[in-house]
Amino acid sequence: MTPESEAVQTDNAGIFLAFFFRLRSHGLKVTPQQWLTLIEGLARGLHGSSLMGFYSLARGIMVKDEAELDDFDLCFAAHFKGVETDVPAIEKAVWDWLSNPVPPFVIDPEWLKVIHSVDVAALRAELERRLAEQTERHDGGNYWVGTGGTSAFGHSGSHPGGIRVGGDHGAGTAVQVAAERRYQEHRKDRVLDTRQLSVALTKLRALERRGPADELDLEDTIDRTAREGGELELVFKPPRENRLGVLLVMDVGGSMWPFKQLVDTLFSAAHHARHFKRFDHVYFHNCIYERVYGNAAFSDKIPLGDLFRRWDRETRLVLIGDAYMYPGEITDRFGAIDWTERNERPGADYLERVRDHFTHCAWLNPMREEAWEEPSIRLIRRIFPMYPLTVQGVEELAKNLAVG
Amino acid sequence: MRTHDFSRFSGTESYITSPELRHAVNVAAAIQRPLLVRGEPGTGKTLLATAIAEDLELELISWYVKSTSKAADGLYVYDTVKRLQDSRFGDHDVSDIRQYIQLGPLGRALTDERQVVLLIDEIDKADLEFPNDLLHELDVMEFTVTETGDSHRATRRPVVIITSNAEKELPDPFLRRCIFHFIEFPDEELMTRIVRVHHPEIGKKLLEQCLARFYWLRKVKGLRKRPSTSELVDWIGALLSAGVQPGQLANEIPFLGALIKKEEDGEAVGKAMAGSAGRWPTDDA
Repeated sequence: MTPESEAVQTDNAGIFLAFFFRLRSHGLKVTPQQWLTLIEGLARGLHGSSLMGFYSLARGIMVKDEAELDDFDLCFAAHFKGVETDVPAIEKAVWDWLSNPVPPFVIDPEWLKVIHSVDVAALRAELERRLAEQTERHDGGNYWVGTGGTSAFGHSGSHPGGIRVGGDHGAGTAVQVAAERRYQEHRKDRVLDTRQLSVALTKLRALERRGPADELDLEDTIDRTAREGGELELVFKPPRENRLGVLLVMDVGGSMWPFKQLVDTLFSAAHHARHFKRFDHVYFHNCIYERVYGNAAFSDKIPLGDLFRRWDRETRLVLIGDAYMYPGEITDRFGAIDWTERNERPGADYLERVRDHFTHCAWLNPMREEAWEEPSIRLIRRIFPMYPLTVQGVEELAKNLAVG
Repeated sequence: MRTHDFSRFSGTESYITSPELRHAVNVAAAIQRPLLVRGEPGTGKTLLATAIAEDLELELISWYVKSTSKAADGLYVYDTVKRLQDSRFGDHDVSDIRQYIQLGPLGRALTDERQVVLLIDEIDKADLEFPNDLLHELDVMEFTVTETGDSHRATRRPVVIITSNAEKELPDPFLRRCIFHFIEFPDEELMTRIVRVHHPEIGKKLLEQCLARFYWLRKVKGLRKRPSTSELVDWIGALLSAGVQPGQLANEIPFLGALIKKEEDGEAVGKAMAGSAGRWPTDDA
């Protein structure tokens, strides 16, 4: 072996482990357990000795949500570009790692813990045992084909624990398939549809026992029966239900027009989320002053006092708006853009009153987060915690508003 | 190791799969992990388990999860109320608790002496903690009936297929133990094969046009519920039994109600058809 080829080998040995670090650095929560599962899969030949097989095996084990598929594809395409035919290198990397389980570069503490906890000798013995078993089982018909002498368990055709994969994917290589990025539309940070938002909103709940009593309360039944001197007395209790109500306060008109569809989507998601105790919505324009409105035409006026009476403190308040306006609308007396408002106090005062009435409130902003340094947005953010109107943003918001 | 037998799953005559899905099934069976299947409604998640059972000639035990389902109920239910009632009048022997223990789907799968396919359907419908409560049983494949002290351990690990509509995020520890597969919506080629399984008599031209309309409909903006495979199959069934000819699809979609189930969606489609002058599929020429 020339020194040059040795260098290549070392490089290949790193590629396998480096792939996991790449996945992790892309935000996929890949854990050492999943990684060991993949090693087990490889040892059993479930990748069918093709990169396509490896791709689909690794994807099944590493990806846990269709939202992550695109990131996985990106990582895979970037990582295995140029090594498309080099399955033996990946297989060798697994063995190299097993014989010397030290990550080649950055050591993540979590990984280190697991690496130390792994009984390498036992793992290796187990893999060898399985391989021996597989070889034996294979003596009858097909037999192992070494792939260039580097792989202990590479195989050309069908494999004992193996899968017919490669043949089905004649149309493209694994990297090509990954590079197609077919799962792009499932990304969580880009897409927003009613359904995804509904899912995000389901996090907004706090359960308590309500409604018709149709669950047997065993403890009480025993207790009451004993009190009745053994005469059976069945006691039922109501099932658990969400006790949270939600009030959506939406900014309409003006600079909100471009976001109309986005807001509509959120609205219909929230409207269809049946798990709230109560769901209502009111409107405002730019900033809240003396009142909000029951309809988007602003004819049904709801003074703040009424608002506070109709929706109790426990109601979760969610404001939606771009918070983008002339800062004076927030900071100045009579600063309202709409002359009918005649606000005696600065807008910020009213906003604070609203915030102080509700135990939990938050502001959803459809504008990109890069724009949040605008003066008016900064002012609003001092009053309300602000989240982006994305699936992730709504999830965050729901989690925070659900906490007691 | 008998598990190697599972690498045979290759779809059945009535259930057409993608190679990736077959791989996922086989991987899950080989490393003995549950297979978690996700995908749009109507992509055949539930039918997959039936197909696997049929293909591998194993019995299928289905557990249709509801919002009120409890993990423990899947193992067994102890009918306390019945036992208490029976004890009231002394005309029953209530000393044998076993007669009040009713095994649930998971319990039956674990106690069956033969290997079975266990389908846990729509796991996301239940409480958020539901999947976590199943972790132990799915891992070690054994359980104990607390009331009687009987322990059961699966002699043959069932093949576990779990479907989810992603209505709630499933807990990470649960996800880590599963092999994940996302069923993509079938492309036209796969869809052609699927439709042909259900309606072998359909003419080539009519099928092409149906698919063109169908995929066009799915792209209409603002649909609350996009039509799925099963709706397409039903719709084509309706077209065939009404004797619709290919030409009739040129300007209208007969039996639209078979594809579009919501009133708002019907309006959206109407609008899209009216304003689609150039974009309407023009494959009739």
